[in-house]
Order: sequence, then structure tokens, then C-alpha cells
Amino acid sequence: MENKQPVIQIKNLCKSYRRGSQIIPVLENINLEIAQCEFLALMGPSGSGKSTLLNLIAGIDKADSGIINVAGTDINSLSETELAGWRAGHVGFIFQFYNLIPVLTAYENVELPLLLTGLSRKQRRAHVETALKIVNLSDRMDHYPGQLSGGQQQRVAIARAIVTDPAIVVADEPTGDLDRVSAEEVLELMERLVNELCKTIIMVTHDPRAAKKAHVIRHLDKGVLNATPQAYF
Amino acid sequence: MQLLKLIFKNAFRHRLRTFLTITGISIAILAFGLLRTVVNAWYAGVEASAANRLVSRNAISLVFPLPLSYKEKIRQIEGVTNVSYGNWFGGVYIDEKNFFANFAVEPKSYLELYPEFILPQDQKAILLRDRKGFAAGRKLVEKYKWKLGDTVVLKGTIFPGTWDFVLRGVYKGRDKSIDETQFFFHWDYLNESLKKSFPMRADQVGFYLIGIKNPNVAADVSEAVDRTFKNSLAETLTETEKAFQMSFISMSEAIVVAIQLVSFVVIIIIMAVMANTMAMSARERIAEYAVLKTLGFGGTYITALIFGESLFISSAGCIIGIILTFPAAKIFGDAMSQFFPIFNVSWNTVYLDVAASVVVGGASAIIPAYRAVSIRIAEGLRRIG
Repeated sequence: MENKQPVIQIKNLCKSYRRGSQIIPVLENINLEIAQCEFLALMGPSGSGKSTLLNLIAGIDKADSGIINVAGTDINSLSETELAGWRAGHVGFIFQFYNLIPVLTAYENVELPLLLTGLSRKQRRAHVETALKIVNLSDRMDHYPGQLSGGQQQRVAIARAIVTDPAIVVADEPTGDLDRVSAEEVLELMERLVNELCKTIIMVTHDPRAAKKAHVIRHLDKGVLNATPQAYF
Repeated sequence: MQLLKLIFKNAFRHRLRTFLTITGISIAILAFGLLRTVVNAWYAGVEASAANRLVSRNAISLVFPLPLSYKEKIRQIEGVTNVSYGNWFGGVYIDEKNFFANFAVEPKSYLELYPEFILPQDQKAILLRDRKGFAAGRKLVEKYKWKLGDTVVLKGTIFPGTWDFVLRGVYKGRDKSIDETQFFFHWDYLNESLKKSFPMRADQVGFYLIGIKNPNVAADVSEAVDRTFKNSLAETLTETEKAFQMSFISMSEAIVVAIQLVSFVVIIIIMAVMANTMAMSARERIAEYAVLKTLGFGGTYITALIFGESLFISSAGCIIGIILTFPAAKIFGDAMSQFFPIFNVSWNTVYLDVAASVVVGGASAIIPAYRAVSIRIAEGLRRIG
């Protein structure tokens, strides 16, 4: 693990929110390195800033100060438009409530990120079928989200997250809305993504069982990252 | 392609809401189209006016007559090609509710001045020979199921008595803008009767119709006619046929303006309904828009989704509304034919319908699209669950 190059480097990161005239600090002086093919779990109580940190790493929010270097790019310096393009090519997203488009089939949901690429319809089809095969849902590609169980929907969301072959996958409470069996399936799938496809996964979770699947667990409390990583491998 | 598919699927996500909105827009477009057609019908006489025809009447009021002797003097004025004359007869057919325009005219010159009234040559020849003969428009004849040779009796109101006429000709309009509900007969028939019953009213006409060489001389000829009869017992007021028709419209201009205002109010109301529908739809999908932005889709795509859905719904309503306008206008026009002899849905009305639906669809999407595009992704994602 120590030999691997860090794919994400965060230095002196600060983030605060403004509520009226009040400025509420959320993250204070965060320093963090995440290696390639690492599965990192971010834990902490509600309001500790873990989702905010995940959003900053994923480029869907902007830090007040500090550096977030992802695969050689300081994403905090990118404009909104540049960030949108960067996210499309580098990051896959898994949400707690799956966030699939309900009027699109599993196939169409997974295909969505590929519409921003220059791939032909045939190439897109090949990518989507591969992604759905990885999550073991090839037989459900024509089903709508409403026709799938929670676990299956989350697997479709994982397929959507990996279909563009991003280096990083961020997951915000991916098992938070699932029963134990489905949660286990999803976590095993995420482990496979790291071990077999060398994806770097950053997962926010409250669930200690889910966190145990990660290589490293970091705790956030009141916007401050704990000093020592807790390794599980 | 995927964008269009998503727009279509989004539009029918809440089928009842979409159905009700499309129904509302259809009814609004139908109402708008009918009201515009009523306004057009009001101006139908003006629209059908020819630029090379003048109308001369008594300068005091239309109800005062002019001497028949003016005809030859008018004919001699430079620029005049033809002169006809007539009276508003105001006869009643069986019952007062059977209203239609009926005139006593000099038929030969009248038909020469109105080539848009197409009368078969054989019927025209018989009409000109028979002093009790009359010609009527196709719609009027069909309405009362008259046949050539039938005797039609009108009760005089301005000219008392019972007047018998024989149908000798049925004219058709050259196009849809021509009134096919007129009834006209020989002025001589009226005048001869008046000579016997009311000699003081004989040899008097209600108006002169003057044909001119070209529209450019209208002002000069009008002025020349009025100058000719200045300081006489019956001074004239001569104007173009269009201005003459407009003088009738101007009497009821307030009603026309009110109808026009109502037609636009209908569109504003439906715009509010449509804006509410789009605001609800966009608010429900804020999280989805945030997801799309997360995946890398830009504001343009999301704007296109919202505008596309809004325009799709308004266009669907517009198409249904336009399709319904034609049969509705036919039914309305038939029922109100005595007031609106020409009641046709014009292409301008259809274009206005389309423009109204585009404005409604576009305007309704502005605020939802702005909100969806400007909301921060993290904030949008928090709207989940």
C-alpha cells in the first residue's frame, strides 16, 4: 500500500457555509492522501463534514481554500464548466438513494454518462453491457428502476458509476437504504471494483460493517480529520 | 435522440397532470381562436372592400336620401368609370329573427361593380329582365331552401307593405371572404311602387356606389363628387368603400377591443396554469437535475430538457386546440350567420395560436429552468429522500 502513488492529495483544505450573516466552518485544515486502488471509508457523526469532503473530492462543490489534487489536476482551480467535463471523465458517483432516472430503463440509466463521450451507439452498447455484466444485471437491462429492488437499483447505479471507466468512485452512504443482504452484495461489488478493476473508492458511511470492507478508515469530527488512519488490511 | 426521448417521457410522468394541462391549453387555444375569428368576422366587410370603389351618401346622415339625378353628374366626373346606386331595404322574411341584408340596387351596374359576386350568365340575363326578380347569395338560399323561380315575400319596414320577389339568380363568392348571404333586387321595382304609394320618396337613393379608374385617384374623385354637390339641398359625403365600412365598425369599436383583450387574457391565464405545472415538475426533479449535473451534463442540457417538456405540452395543447377550432367555428358561424355572414378561421389566427403556444411554453419554462440550472449540485442532491 505504501508503495502506491497517491491519486488524491488534499492539502490545508478549508470549507465553510454562510447562513445569513453567520459563517459556519465545516472543514478545517484537512490534509489527506489517497492511493490508487485504495478503498477508503470516511466515518463520523452527522454534521461532521464527511459528505462535504466527499463532494469537494468529487468536484461537485468548491473549497474556500487549500488544494485538492486529483490525478495531477488541482480541481479547486477549475471553472464550473471545466469541472463538469472533469467529473464526466474521472469520477463515478454512487448515492444513498441510487438517484436513477425513473423514466429510463436500467440500460438507459447506465448509458447516460456515455452520452457526453464521442462514442458511437454500438460502442456505448458494448460499454453498458459490460458494466451491467460486472454488476450481474444483464438480464434486467430493460427494467425500469421501479421494477427493481433497492439492491438491484444500487447495482445499476454502480454500473452507471463505472461505465466511463473513471479512476475514482465516490459513494455517499451506498448501503444506507438497503437491507443487510443487499448491503453485503453492494459492498462485495465495491470490493471487486477495487481489487479487480483497480478503482479508487472513497465511501462515506455510518455503518461500521460497511467501513470494515474498506482498506482504510478515516474519522471526521466537527470538520477535523483524525490524525491516524485506521487500516484494515 | 436521447434528449427527445427523455423530454417525451418526462412530459408523461404525471399523466393526469399533463392531460389536464394539455386540455386546459387546448380549451384556451380554442377560445383564443374563436375570439380572434369573431374579431376578424367583425372586420370582414372592411377586408372584402375594394380599393377602386367609393361610396357616396348624404353628408348629414346615411338615413337621408340623395336625388337619383346625381347619377349622371357623378358619372361625368374625371376618374369615374361606373356608377350604381341603391337603398337599404330592411325587409323582414316571415319573422324578424330571420335577419339578412337586403338591398334595392340597379342590378346591371351593381354586378359590374362587384365582380366578386359570381352569377351564372343565364341567371343574370333572366334577373335583369324580370323587375320582380332578385338574386341571393348561396348560403342564404341554402339556409332557407329556396329554389330558382320561388316567390319570396318580404315585409317592408322602411318601405311599408308586402313585397313579392322571384328568385332569379344565386351568386357565389369569388373566395371565402365574400359575403354569400346578401339579397338584392331591382331598385326600379321599389321606385315604381313608391311612385304610386309614397310619391315624395320616389327617385331618391340611399347611396351611390362609384367605380374609379384606380385607387390612386380615390381622394381626388371623392373630393370632386362632394364639391359638385356642395351647397345643394343634399350635400354628399364620399369616401372609399373601406372607410365607409370602417365607419360602421367604429361604432362598435369598444366591443371589438374588449373581445381582443379577453382573447389575450385567456392566454395569460393559461400561461399561469402552464407555469405552475412546469414549476411543480421542475421542483420534483431538482435532485435528478443535480444528478445530471454531477454526471457532467451542463446547464444547456437541463435547460433544453425543461424548455422541451414545456414546449411539448403547450404544442400538444395547441395542435388539439387548432384542430377543434375549425369545427367549433363552423358550428358557431352557422348559428350566428345572421350576425356574422363571413366566419372563417384565417391563417393569421392559426399563426397567432402557434405563436401563443410558443410564448406560453417558453415563458413557463424560464423560471424553472433558471432554478434548476443555478441550484448548487450539493444542495440539489440534498432534496433526495
